[in-house]
Amino acid sequence: MAKLLALTIIVIAILSAIPVVMHTWEPPADVSTHGHMIDAQMADTMIEAGVSFLAAQIILAFFIWKFSGSRPEDKVKTFPGGAKGLVLAAIVLVGAEVLALGAFGTKAWATVYFTPPAADSMPIQVQAGQFAFYFRYPGPDGKFGQIHPELINEGTQNLFGLDPEHDVESRDDVVTAEMAIPVNKEIHLLMHAKDVSHSFYVPALRVHQDFVPGLDLSLHFTATKVGKYEIVCSQLCGLGHYSMRAYLNVMSAQDFDDWMKKQQAAQ
Amino acid sequence: MSQTSPAPAATHHGPPTTFISKHVFSLDHKVIGKQYYALAFVAVITGMVLSWLMRIHLGWTNAAIPGLQVLSPNGAPGGVMTPEYYLQLMTMHATIMVFFVLTTAPFAAFGNYFLPIQVGAEDMPFPHFNMMSFWTTFTAFLVLIAAFFVSEGPPLAGWTAYAPLSAIGKAAGPGEGTGQVLWAASIGIFCIGQLLGALNFISTVLDMRTKGMTLSRLPVTCWAWFITSCMGLTAFAVLMPATILLILDHVAGTSFFVPSGLVINDQLIPHSGGSTLLWQHLFWFFGHPEVYIAIVPGMGIVTHVLITNMRRPMLSIKAILYSMWALAFLSYMVYGHHMFVSGMNPFSSLAFSFPTLMITIPSTVVVLIWIGSLYGSKLRINSASLFALGFISMFVSGGVSGFFLAQPSIDIMLHATYFVVGHFHMVMGVAAMFGIFAGTYFWFPKMTGHMMNETLGKVHFWLTFVGTYCIFMPFHYLGWAGNVRRYAAFSDDYMKPLVPLHQFITIAALFTGAAQLIFIYNLIHSRFKGPAAPANPWEGTSLEWIMPSPPPWNNFGGKDPVVYHDADQFGVKTASGADYIMQNSPEQALEPSGGD
Repeated sequence: MAKLLALTIIVIAILSAIPVVMHTWEPPADVSTHGHMIDAQMADTMIEAGVSFLAAQIILAFFIWKFSGSRPEDKVKTFPGGAKGLVLAAIVLVGAEVLALGAFGTKAWATVYFTPPAADSMPIQVQAGQFAFYFRYPGPDGKFGQIHPELINEGTQNLFGLDPEHDVESRDDVVTAEMAIPVNKEIHLLMHAKDVSHSFYVPALRVHQDFVPGLDLSLHFTATKVGKYEIVCSQLCGLGHYSMRAYLNVMSAQDFDDWMKKQQAAQ
Repeated sequence: MSQTSPAPAATHHGPPTTFISKHVFSLDHKVIGKQYYALAFVAVITGMVLSWLMRIHLGWTNAAIPGLQVLSPNGAPGGVMTPEYYLQLMTMHATIMVFFVLTTAPFAAFGNYFLPIQVGAEDMPFPHFNMMSFWTTFTAFLVLIAAFFVSEGPPLAGWTAYAPLSAIGKAAGPGEGTGQVLWAASIGIFCIGQLLGALNFISTVLDMRTKGMTLSRLPVTCWAWFITSCMGLTAFAVLMPATILLILDHVAGTSFFVPSGLVINDQLIPHSGGSTLLWQHLFWFFGHPEVYIAIVPGMGIVTHVLITNMRRPMLSIKAILYSMWALAFLSYMVYGHHMFVSGMNPFSSLAFSFPTLMITIPSTVVVLIWIGSLYGSKLRINSASLFALGFISMFVSGGVSGFFLAQPSIDIMLHATYFVVGHFHMVMGVAAMFGIFAGTYFWFPKMTGHMMNETLGKVHFWLTFVGTYCIFMPFHYLGWAGNVRRYAAFSDDYMKPLVPLHQFITIAALFTGAAQLIFIYNLIHSRFKGPAAPANPWEGTSLEWIMPSPPPWNNFGGKDPVVYHDADQFGVKTASGADYIMQNSPEQALEPSGGD
């Protein structure tokens, strides 16, 4: 029975590791300037976690195999080095390595959150509401009109509660349901929640940030590959949570200019 | 640790005289422990059935589940679950499992039954509080279940109940009116029950130890329950007022968690001045210690079961105790790792990340002491020890995924994905359940006077061990691929290819769930038909094994046991030839065993 348990633990450990080694399930390929750091951090952590996982399971299995069939006359033996060696191993081999891993990982985090957006980055506002994202571009004046929550009206398509009659800056704002951006251009994303908490998760961009009602946040990133990528909501926001998504359309600079002109004409 | 022990307190109540005082409103800690176990038993079956329904929906979204329309004509017209009903069942599944199973069974059930016995006491110091603790918890369960029967059903905001979704009422979605208020009331009441329980547990350890039972001679389980009580005292004391504030936002027009300027259905929500992140801070200040409230008693039970079945002490029981204290202490400093991408200051994320990574150290110490103690042991394989060994395997598997989630940069990819679901189910759900199973197979003979069927116990272990790995290991793969959690269906382009993996998980969940019927049969059948249990079937050393099975109402028959040793006297050489010395035996070992 014990030997069977030992074998089962080893088989489970190896089978669990196979999809990881074979890259059977992976996130969408990275298309951002900062994503490679997150991927590298993930890979390093995978090695450390994988080695710890396999080593612990295999040693557990080995000891179960070896010490379950003792005879009554056998004497209890003590692990060489006793507890001190194991506590030291926990601190030095696992603890210090994991802490070091965390220290190295701060670089990727700092790149995303501690560096300001470039002065020439393109501002785009995203508003999350049950159960859609809407995007707003400031238009030729480069300024966003003010949001007036009491004016928000989906029936009249005043999705951001703009007041063009009194607010000059809002008159040229461009509102869309799809997020289009030029490739290799830094985007400064201004995040606004209309109702409850939502999240802006773009796996291909290695970008993930919650919307906080009452608190406008911002993010910045640069997409490096033309294509269409999914933006999904990852913060439970109500009955339609699973269906809340939008597309991020990364275009060449020329295509983006053409797209923007078309949107401005349609407003 | 103090080497002195207080005199035992006087008896607080006499024998039960009526059916009601014996079986319903009992003051006996053992009956209350069994009541908690029964409550957890009903709760876990409810929670498991809910998970089956959810898994069937996730594997085959349009499948009609026969009979589901009877349970909720609106939530499942024709038996096909609506997205909102999925979220409602998910919220109830998690709330029931976390609060009424994982907190109740390993801590309140086993702790109530065995803590007074293991310290050598006749009962807890406040038996009336103890009785109130159970009935308060039972009331909390009824209030929660009542949410199924209100017009819009239970809440859909998840067990985390993030504001403002949970705070602005009906407008936010089905179940967010009365259902959400019932949820908050239930959790608030539950907190009161747990606070009463924690006070009793702490007082029992500090004031009720029998002669000779110094702190250093306490069995490891007593320490685990004591540490858990200390955590519960502070964690539930924060959650309870938070739930009151949430209810006030619903019924009194306050705005603790709702800021101004929110719009739903083109209507401005009449709140202003609140903070949505305030709820998250309050909730997770409770929520992370709660993980350890669920798992530390399991660690104690597993250590206790392993020592008995390895026939040797742990290499260092002190290392395990100090590690459990370290886990409890750190659990308050790490809660922000649930909020890396929540919008809190990104510098805070780093401040929360490092204590989270440090948790690796005490966790690894405990695992290495367990594994190292297996070396050279005389391991006995039975249902209890199988589940204890399975616990170690699960704890390792769930623990290493913490390496990823402790790092803010990696959390950018894994936050709110199935990776997180896999992680906490493995370490807090399955490992804790394995602790409960180990405790059940180990202590059932003492609690009922009957032995369980070992063959059925082993079959139950094998099916559960393999089955739970088949369910929860693939959750990690889904998370790596970016599969978002709390989705009622997977219609996004990059998630569609993951549906077959979801179907595999569903089949594994149904299979593993069905295997639990073996346990249920064994539990009920053995209770009535199992062979009579001797006083000490496993040749244990702690005080529960010196009394008959089941124990009399006053535990030690009105006499106070005297303790001469710690509970780790295994693998010793004695004059009688036994390889262990019981705690109340004055006999000294001719040759000691290893360990500190």
